[in-house]
Amino acid sequence: MTMSSELFSDLSAPPPLLTGDDVARVVDRVAHQLIERAASSAPDGAADGGLADLVLVGIPTRGAPLARRLAARIEAFTGTAVDVGTVDITLYRDDLRTRGVRALEETRLPAAGIDGRLVVLIDDVLFSGRSVRAALDALRDLGRPRAVQLAVLVDRGHRELPIRADYVGKNVPTSRAQQVRVKLAEVDGVDEVRVLNGGDR
Amino acid sequence: MRKHLLEAGDLDRADATLVLDTAAQIEAALAGREVKKLPTLRGRTVVNLFFEDSTRTRISFELAAKRLSADVINFSAKGSSVSKGESLKDTALTLEAMGSDAIVVRHPASGAPHRLAQWVKGSVVNAGDGTHEHPTQALLDAYTIRQRLGRLDGVRVVLVGDVLHSRVARSNVWLLHTLGAEVTVVAPPTLLPVGVGSWPVTVGYDLDAALPKADVVMMLRVQAERMNASFFPSAREYSRRYGLDARRMAALPDDAIVMHPGPMNRGMEIAAEVADSVRSTIVDQVGNGVTVRMAVLYLLLGGSPS
Repeated sequence: MTMSSELFSDLSAPPPLLTGDDVARVVDRVAHQLIERAASSAPDGAADGGLADLVLVGIPTRGAPLARRLAARIEAFTGTAVDVGTVDITLYRDDLRTRGVRALEETRLPAAGIDGRLVVLIDDVLFSGRSVRAALDALRDLGRPRAVQLAVLVDRGHRELPIRADYVGKNVPTSRAQQVRVKLAEVDGVDEVRVLNGGDR
Repeated sequence: MRKHLLEAGDLDRADATLVLDTAAQIEAALAGREVKKLPTLRGRTVVNLFFEDSTRTRISFELAAKRLSADVINFSAKGSSVSKGESLKDTALTLEAMGSDAIVVRHPASGAPHRLAQWVKGSVVNAGDGTHEHPTQALLDAYTIRQRLGRLDGVRVVLVGDVLHSRVARSNVWLLHTLGAEVTVVAPPTLLPVGVGSWPVTVGYDLDAALPKADVVMMLRVQAERMNASFFPSAREYSRRYGLDARRMAALPDDAIVMHPGPMNRGMEIAAEVADSVRSTIVDQVGNGVTVRMAVLYLLLGGSPS
């Protein structure tokens, strides 16, 4: 039974929106954009094209490995290591009462902190914007960055708050009933992005 | 997680580990911050209902709730309508009518938090009931052991002293057993409860024999206020046979730690030089208490899927 239903869903499911190769290309492109923007927005006389000023902060779960990948690609392209951190937003969510408590994930900032630096928040999917708002609230308690930007792998629309991404891997028009399912090798064993119709799992 | 935390037995291994992991993440999230406050429980009200004296537990719960942005009401029986004869039930219903979401209760009668949990709609956290249990103390002790030794599974813990009157000992025995530690209790026979044979522990009467095999020594306070009979001939004799002094501490393995839930009777169950030594985790325990209680309040009050 299980075998045949899996086979059936494989046949009927549309191909992934992004395959593993696509995800790698998108990460490379966003890494290049981060290098460019860091250089153009760097304070005068900054060393390393402004990269020393940059901190990539991932929002768990999947933003955290994305931030590490972006940092690794930036280092591969420029030879400069970039600071990486993660900020867990669970304790800052505005929907705890209705969605219930969940296990916390790691919050770790680089030793140099975020004060006066350019923080780029990294997340997998930008949807309502509420996660980003919670992350901004968390950052406010952690320090005072010079500026905060946002990079996401997929922007699927349907914002409920005045928030937009500075770097977008892929814009995907979706309906509210659909789900965007991002899988990353570090968490799920495989890289791919799929759009599922309501009810699909 | 369940709705209440009344005794260590309410927590299975997964729940207890979730509390410890949550506390560790909260500690990491707050480390090195200027603003040690999280907005998580904004708009919730936590009542500290204390019918018995307490310094660290009450302040610790108050701080934990405030760091999660909950509103805190401190109630102590002295100076309240309890002295006019108001019952526990009426007191609790009054507090709930004013909108409390959780009641943290300490009471001299064993089982009072269980009764309370049947009367109120909110969560009840046992902050020590008589000689029964003190589950958050056991959680912070387990957290401290894991922090210092890196593990709980297979850790050999020796609990020494007034086990009969100690709610800390009861909670620790059950929680540490759940988490895989091997617990030994060492006490004069007069200070062991009747049912100790049914506990998941090894019982001993000789402290010197137990120390060389211990990873953790947990000294219990001699509870003079609960001793309505003579349980040992003199304080001096107790201290000589069951007190932890520098000579006994030297018999411990190199990385073993010394714990005490406080308040200490220095010179009675623990010598001052031991309490202030590098092996002692007594100050860490107090600091960890706030973090662990934040984790408990978050997990009980954070919300449930509707």
